[in-house]
Amino acid sequence: MSVPKELRYTEEHEWVKVEGNTIRIGITDYAQNELGDIVFVELPEVGDTIKVNEAFGSVESVKTVSELYAPVSGKVVEVNEELNDSPEFVNESPYEKAWMIVVEPADQSEVEQLLTAEQYEATISEE
Amino acid sequence: MTDLKRTPLFDTYKEWGAKTVDFGGWELPVQFSSIKEEHEAVRTKAGLFDVSHMGEIMVSGTNAENYLQKMLTNDVSKIKIGRAQYTIMCYEDGGTVDDLLVYRLEENSYLLVVNASNTDKDFAWLKQHQMEEVTIENVSPQYAQLAIQGPLAQTILQKIANNTDLSEISFFSFQTDVQLGKVSALVSRTGYTGEDGFEIYLQAADAPYLWNEILAAGKNEGILPCGLGARDTLRFEAGLPLYGQELSREITPIEAGVSFAVKSNKPSFFLGKDILQDQKENGPTRKLVGIEMIDRGIPRHGYKVFKDGEEIGFVTSGTQSPTYKKNIGHALLQASFTELGTEIFVEIRGKHLKGKVVATPFYKKNK
Repeated sequence: MSVPKELRYTEEHEWVKVEGNTIRIGITDYAQNELGDIVFVELPEVGDTIKVNEAFGSVESVKTVSELYAPVSGKVVEVNEELNDSPEFVNESPYEKAWMIVVEPADQSEVEQLLTAEQYEATISEE
Repeated sequence: MTDLKRTPLFDTYKEWGAKTVDFGGWELPVQFSSIKEEHEAVRTKAGLFDVSHMGEIMVSGTNAENYLQKMLTNDVSKIKIGRAQYTIMCYEDGGTVDDLLVYRLEENSYLLVVNASNTDKDFAWLKQHQMEEVTIENVSPQYAQLAIQGPLAQTILQKIANNTDLSEISFFSFQTDVQLGKVSALVSRTGYTGEDGFEIYLQAADAPYLWNEILAAGKNEGILPCGLGARDTLRFEAGLPLYGQELSREITPIEAGVSFAVKSNKPSFFLGKDILQDQKENGPTRKLVGIEMIDRGIPRHGYKVFKDGEEIGFVTSGTQSPTYKKNIGHALLQASFTELGTEIFVEIRGKHLKGKVVATPFYKKNK
């Protein structure tokens, strides 16, 4: 299971990539593998605000619905519209093509509290 | 997790990459490779399912036919030896105890194949109404069941069927003592996928051997081991009900659209007859329909359905159809909103999303 070192993570299996003042968010390789074939992704719109630990969208596999949880609070500045037509990117390329949203965090210190790759690896090895 | 029941095949799942889940108290594979791939394999080639969790109840004795006529809604007297019948077991009020297959093994001997999680309930219900000269036995632990389904099922299974021409087993017929490799089994041309195929009943201890034999025999044809995820999407597309969703304690077989299995004119009385006959003749107040989403969203089991702001029913099953890539469902709606084309709204995470009533089944195989 791939867990890139340079990313930060949540216990709910989102990854976060810091890009200057904004962060890019998606779900991890482990999460996509657990969910199986992703057939539907529902995301917020540009301009929406998201709140840390609250659902900001959902991904659906053939079998189940799974909520996406906000790693930080902030404003959505970009949304990956390609996932509307190609939800399978989440399975094929969870860290690249299947980024979900870009957010301007309200409080940069929330980013520092996210799990490191090592910490995230430890949580998934327990599951 | 330690309390989950396991089939005789549990130890072989890992070799095939299974991901297991708790399914009604059983630790069963939800998928081996991917639900989509497995679904596709069954629609175009073949798939093999372990359905050993299904319950088997033997009913025998000189009064067995009379007794089953009372317990079941279909007409048991019409089943010839060597044939199977889809039927329903109902409560007095028409609610469903279970849906099942009845195999007539001999003149006075029937095998009832019931849903795994209902086995104990069904057995207790059957015992509660037991008559003289009837023996009822829960023989589930003795049996394993494999299902090979798909257009190439017969081609593959024939390779290891030494003493039987499988083409002679017609739809809803079976043969006993079919030699498959070195084991003997009951083989019936039945299934739960909407495809041609066979259900194979055999001694529990023989199951791992046969599982491997069939997968080896079908390797060149592209057979895949399949889990419950694909079983569910396949049966759903084919319009086959699932107990706990389309049928339940609260839903009658007439409401669920399986009235072909309710012979309210058969000469003998049966449990639920009064209400089922009335629903059949006058129409039920609720009906199961197909729905297809127009707005973006996937209908799921339990989601509410609305029309003009009024709640008119709920979704019983729904997914994105692997065959058609459409977001479709079955919904139990007030009968006045069940005309084809009726616009309805499904509540999905707080939003009312538009859909319409469509014909079922979604999938029918080419003959």
